[in-house]
Amino acid sequence: MSAVQLLDVRDLTVEFATRRGVVQAVRKVDLSVGKGETIGVVGESGSGKSVTSYAVMRILDRAGRVAGGSVSFSGLDLLTASEADMRDLRGREMSMIFQNPRAALNPIRGVGRQIEDVLRQHAQAGSDDARRKAIEALTQVRIARPEERYNAYPFELSGGMCQRVVIALALACQPRLLIADEPTTGLDVTTQKAVMDLIVDLTRERGMSTILITHDLGLAAAYCDRVIVMEKGEVVESALSSTIFGNPSHAYTRKLMRATPRPGITLRDLLPEGEATPLPPPVPAGEALLSVEGLVKEYPRQGASRFMAKLFRKDVADAAPFRAVDGLSFEVRRGESVGLVGESGCGKSTTSTIVMRLLDPTAGRILFGGQDIGAIPARDFARHPLRAKIQMVFQDPTDSLNPRHTAGRAIADPILRLGGLRGGRTVRTRCEDLATLVGLPTDLLDRFPHQLSGGQKARVGIARAIALDPDLVILDEPTAALDVSVQAIVLNLLADLKAKLGMSYLFVSHDLHVVRLLCDRVIVMKTGQIVEQGSAADVIDTPRHAYTRELVAAIPHPPTS
Amino acid sequence: MSAPAAADGAPSGQQRPKGRFAETLSHARHIIGENPVTGLSFALFALLLLCAVFGPLLSPYDPLASDTVAALKPPSAHHWFGTDQLGRDILSRVLVATRLDMLIAILSVALVFFAGGLAGVAGVAAGFFGGWTDRIVGRVSDTIMAFPLFVLAMGIVAALGNTVTNIVITTAIINFPLYTRIVRAEANVRRNAGYVLAARLTGNSDTRIALTTILPNILPIMVVQMSLTMGYAILNAAGLSFIGLGVRPPAAEWGIMVAEGSAFIVSGEWWIALFPGLALMLAVFCFNLVGDGLRDIVDPLRRT
Repeated sequence: MSAVQLLDVRDLTVEFATRRGVVQAVRKVDLSVGKGETIGVVGESGSGKSVTSYAVMRILDRAGRVAGGSVSFSGLDLLTASEADMRDLRGREMSMIFQNPRAALNPIRGVGRQIEDVLRQHAQAGSDDARRKAIEALTQVRIARPEERYNAYPFELSGGMCQRVVIALALACQPRLLIADEPTTGLDVTTQKAVMDLIVDLTRERGMSTILITHDLGLAAAYCDRVIVMEKGEVVESALSSTIFGNPSHAYTRKLMRATPRPGITLRDLLPEGEATPLPPPVPAGEALLSVEGLVKEYPRQGASRFMAKLFRKDVADAAPFRAVDGLSFEVRRGESVGLVGESGCGKSTTSTIVMRLLDPTAGRILFGGQDIGAIPARDFARHPLRAKIQMVFQDPTDSLNPRHTAGRAIADPILRLGGLRGGRTVRTRCEDLATLVGLPTDLLDRFPHQLSGGQKARVGIARAIALDPDLVILDEPTAALDVSVQAIVLNLLADLKAKLGMSYLFVSHDLHVVRLLCDRVIVMKTGQIVEQGSAADVIDTPRHAYTRELVAAIPHPPTS
Repeated sequence: MSAPAAADGAPSGQQRPKGRFAETLSHARHIIGENPVTGLSFALFALLLLCAVFGPLLSPYDPLASDTVAALKPPSAHHWFGTDQLGRDILSRVLVATRLDMLIAILSVALVFFAGGLAGVAGVAAGFFGGWTDRIVGRVSDTIMAFPLFVLAMGIVAALGNTVTNIVITTAIINFPLYTRIVRAEANVRRNAGYVLAARLTGNSDTRIALTTILPNILPIMVVQMSLTMGYAILNAAGLSFIGLGVRPPAAEWGIMVAEGSAFIVSGEWWIALFPGLALMLAVFCFNLVGDGLRDIVDPLRRT
């Protein structure tokens, strides 16, 4: 640790005025960052990690107020500095990277221009050399063909590219402190690795200090010198990342660590000690339940350019349609759970949507219990008897519940529509049984989604999916929007339900660790094709295909003790 | 309790789940407390409703009784707002006119809300299905929008005859595209929401999803639009009356009163046109503010 502290936060307390009175979001937080140091702030949602950084940057929204403590940045008291001084500091001395890179960029301005704007704002460039410096900045964040990208708009770039531009923006004025707030959440693992490597390289090169705010303990430990763990607005532990994994001192840190999926453990190891019951015995896989043969989904290439070409009678060779899914064949057997893994754009969601019969395939057969359900148009499948047998748990538990329906009504919907049960009492009893099955207290059935926590909403979504005793449940990243400790509980619940009800799972995910914990077999997809499949342990421990190896390598590896 | 900025909007354990209505009410109280102008506009709205219901009882004189002796008197203790060329008390006429003007506005907006709500459903279906429903609803809206709306209103009233019913129908027609477009746009945003997909998985047909899942979620936005349209509807009715295509004299109506009074402004009798004009302005102003307030109340992002 360096002796000179660049940023020194003492006893910081932040309050929010809400309708239910004043809420302390951050309580007496101490935090210091030395010159050239990288520290990680780790915590689950609501832990106050983002609020702390907003308070440092003085960008709290109007309901928030710093109620006590001090923040000094290389000797300057940031809490009493004038707004004009702060404007000057932000961007030039300390800058920030946000979670959603696309939202952080102005959608109607070329990315090069946006970098120029920052440079000029802080008098780092004049009209003569702004363009050159902007291109230089793009080069530094390793964007290929920077002269071309200079004119690109954010929508033309991928998520990873956009995050690089945001990093270029943040670093354009050579700040001394960089605050990165969940910079890689929502990005693919390989992109995450590239972005994190880039941030670490650039900041090391320039002797900058970095605060990395993340929910991922593994990521923080892999990239930071020191890790600070926050819970409910307070710092519960601060330790060197080399020691925190080997010797966590606080109970909350231990709980977080246990809940983080990692190699060499079982699902039950995610739960806090003493709460775990033995895993249900593995069910021997039965006959084939779902078999997909030669599945193809093509989308015609459309868009302005093609339209213009037609308009001006330019002779365009009709571009071959885009193949989102390209000749996929696989099988899910009864009682088996199969993981479908790949990065965004690999066609895994398209595949699951087609199997779900919400989308019609271009070619190929989908045999479900021997019947070709691919031949039934998606529109008619809604009232098909087999509809009840294939259900889905959605990625975002909030988005997948109608905000105007209570939890009970959400669970009752499939029962009323397809279950054939009539009468308020019978349906209600069934809902209560299902709620009990997924561990949702029955008195919560009368609540609306916004009155439930993330984990409770996930349980409602699961209860709805299993309400009709389906044979196959498609899980579309069901835990991606949840905190790790909630994820641990939900994953275990899913495993128990599968054993109890004899369902099969098709688990769509990008998280190999999670897939390994829940699935018997894994299918790795890339650009619409299967590159590797096999038992989960084999594929992840000894990947044969280069792409699978790349995926496995990109998972952040915390230092093991 | 976690930070309000937290993504996970879990309520604290102690908080009792309140009914949706009770919660909306307490939220409304919060919004009004935060922005007194909203409170003022709601009070003004209540006042307008009061005048509309009890106007004839509150008015000191018979609004239609002429008294040539007292013609063209400026505001005084006897006639607070003065009298017009026939000696009718302007305060009484303004008060009584509230009912007619509010009735036209409320009826026409109710009509466009339900008939346009029907178009709204068609609009939902349009946003949901794409295809030919979309095209028909869209082109009908475009056709209406292609005319200058007030000229279109004049044309319809001139063709159908100027009765109150026709004014109501006309006002509804020219507001039709606003509703279908809003509903269509909002339905479009929601049609790929997780809960819509979930509804399809649980065996709901597309029509059922449009009616029971998407429409209720758009309803608050339509209600806000309704209050904004009210101001426009009042202006439209008064405008038609002003040019002689609306309510017929001697009925008390703000538009007619302004029209009648406008002839006397030149000769110095300003009060005849001013007071009904002020009433009109206040009503439109009030509806717009109520619309803003309603938007704050129904906007989930404002809930902390």
